[in-house]
Amino acid sequence: MRAGTEQAMAAEPLVRIRGLHFARGSRTIFDGVDIDIPRGRVTAIMGPSGTGKTTLLKLIGGQLRPAGGSVHVDGEDVHALSRRRLFRLRQRMGMLFQSGALLTDLSVFDNVAFPLREHTRLPESLIRQMVLMKLQVVGLRGARALMPAELSGGMARRAALARAIALDPMMILYDEPFTGQDPISMGVLVKLVRLMNDALGLTSVVVSHDVAETLSIADHVYLVADGRVVAAGSPAELRASEAPRVRQFLEGLPDGPVPFHYPAQDYAEDLLVDGHA
Amino acid sequence: MLEWLGDRLAALGRWGLAAGQRLGRGTLFLLATLWALPGLLLRPGLVVAQLYSVGVLSLLIIVVSGGFVGMVLGLQGYNTLVGFGAEQSLGVVVALSLVRELGPVVAALLFAGRAGSSLAAEIGLMKATEQLSGMEMMAVDPMSRVIAPRFLAGVLAMPLLAAIFSVVGIGGGFAVGVGLLGVDPGAFWSQIQDKVDVFEDVANGVIKSVVFGFVAAWIAVFEGYDCRPTSEGVNRATTRTVVHTSLAVLGLDFVLTALMFGE
Ligand SMILES: Nc1ncnc2c1ncn2[C@@H]1O[C@H](COP(=O)(O)OP(=O)(O)O)[C@@H](O)[C@H]1O
Ligand SMILES: [Mg+2]
Repeated sequence: MRAGTEQAMAAEPLVRIRGLHFARGSRTIFDGVDIDIPRGRVTAIMGPSGTGKTTLLKLIGGQLRPAGGSVHVDGEDVHALSRRRLFRLRQRMGMLFQSGALLTDLSVFDNVAFPLREHTRLPESLIRQMVLMKLQVVGLRGARALMPAELSGGMARRAALARAIALDPMMILYDEPFTGQDPISMGVLVKLVRLMNDALGLTSVVVSHDVAETLSIADHVYLVADGRVVAAGSPAELRASEAPRVRQFLEGLPDGPVPFHYPAQDYAEDLLVDGHA
Repeated sequence: MLEWLGDRLAALGRWGLAAGQRLGRGTLFLLATLWALPGLLLRPGLVVAQLYSVGVLSLLIIVVSGGFVGMVLGLQGYNTLVGFGAEQSLGVVVALSLVRELGPVVAALLFAGRAGSSLAAEIGLMKATEQLSGMEMMAVDPMSRVIAPRFLAGVLAMPLLAAIFSVVGIGGGFAVGVGLLGVDPGAFWSQIQDKVDVFEDVANGVIKSVVFGFVAAWIAVFEGYDCRPTSEGVNRATTRTVVHTSLAVLGLDFVLTALMFGE
């Protein structure tokens, strides 16, 4: 399969998801998902809103427990770890939340310093240097004194990104990094994801429904819908795909395998029924 | 009719189950909070910061309310006592009412309205904006970093606030009784010294305020942590904090009073 990604897949993937099942109440979110995240690459996981992309990241991070199947990160079974070991594993993963999730009562500087102060006993002078270095990467060294409420959406995400790399993780999980950004900060974030992946030697997982931006930086793409992986491959392979689901998602067609109408009874019959809804 | 009754019964049952479940979750949450307390010994700064914000939030309203409640006690007490020619005992009436009853209870109600609701809103907002989730992903336990310091600060602040309330209240009673109505200042203080017992009255009042502080802080942090992570959920959490704390404090006050002073 897929000449371009074959080599990366041959080495042991950093994240290996097998037969993942997960449900919210009676609603099945994942129904047997297999995903491999190769090391050192940008892997995109795409799908319509509400398919469970955020849920998938929380399953990888061990915040949620699957009903079945397994998630291995760097060889460790995430859901079999003790709390202590899980926390140690998490120190090696950065997660960029959709909202940024900056601590609102701390300045940008203190937010980036937060994981360092919690997990290391470094002297304050060293912490300062490390924080400024991380802020320099995302271009916010000058904004260190600002509070999260004073940041624009794009700046908040970049500050959160600086915090996510504070402990030099092996992997970053991005939850919808481009959603709701103006074209300029979108471009900045797209560039940053790729740059950090390559310059810092990270593994990146980008969860997104922004087709063009995500395909432009991803090495490998999974398309998830209805609880399953419906397509996988390089961006070029996905673009060339004839599968109706892939075409509908990539081209943003309103109707197709994913119907425009929420399931309903017959329209004509519905109109003819008298009385109430 | 029978069907209606069945529906009511089913609704009552569902409500009971939901309430029971919540109580269970709350208890587990409390245990987790208590479990995280020893860790705070290593980081007292976290508690001090919360103590400061809880105290500052509540201090003004406690002082102002304490003053007014004491002044009203002075007026009412005088009017009653003067009928028996016992107006020189005004100090005791004011002091006992405050130390035994009104200090702990009213301070707890004010605490729920001011600091409790704001604690619940703060924690709820942290949850709604994924800050708690974000902490977990940074391998920082929100129970020990966010919940436990706020809980402990609430428990510690309550007796202090109740004491301040009582002291300011006695001052208010003194101002009205002595300043306005002509009670003898010497009699006011000496009667208090004479009749207010350190163990019977003061210690029991302190016990009450510790219990109320425990309950008020528990409810506030739990409601915040347990809320649905939406603005509507946060709103409900703050309202419930005030309502549940007020009911719990008044109910517990009856029980404690019966245990302490009832023979
Ligand atoms: N805490 C929750 N409780 C119940 N249902 C939830 C919760 N979080 C998410 N869901 C549901 O799970 C589904 C997947 O959510 P999510 O992973 O956030 O989707 P995505 O990130 O792909 O938009 C959605 O239908 C959502 O309504
Ligand atoms: Mg999402």
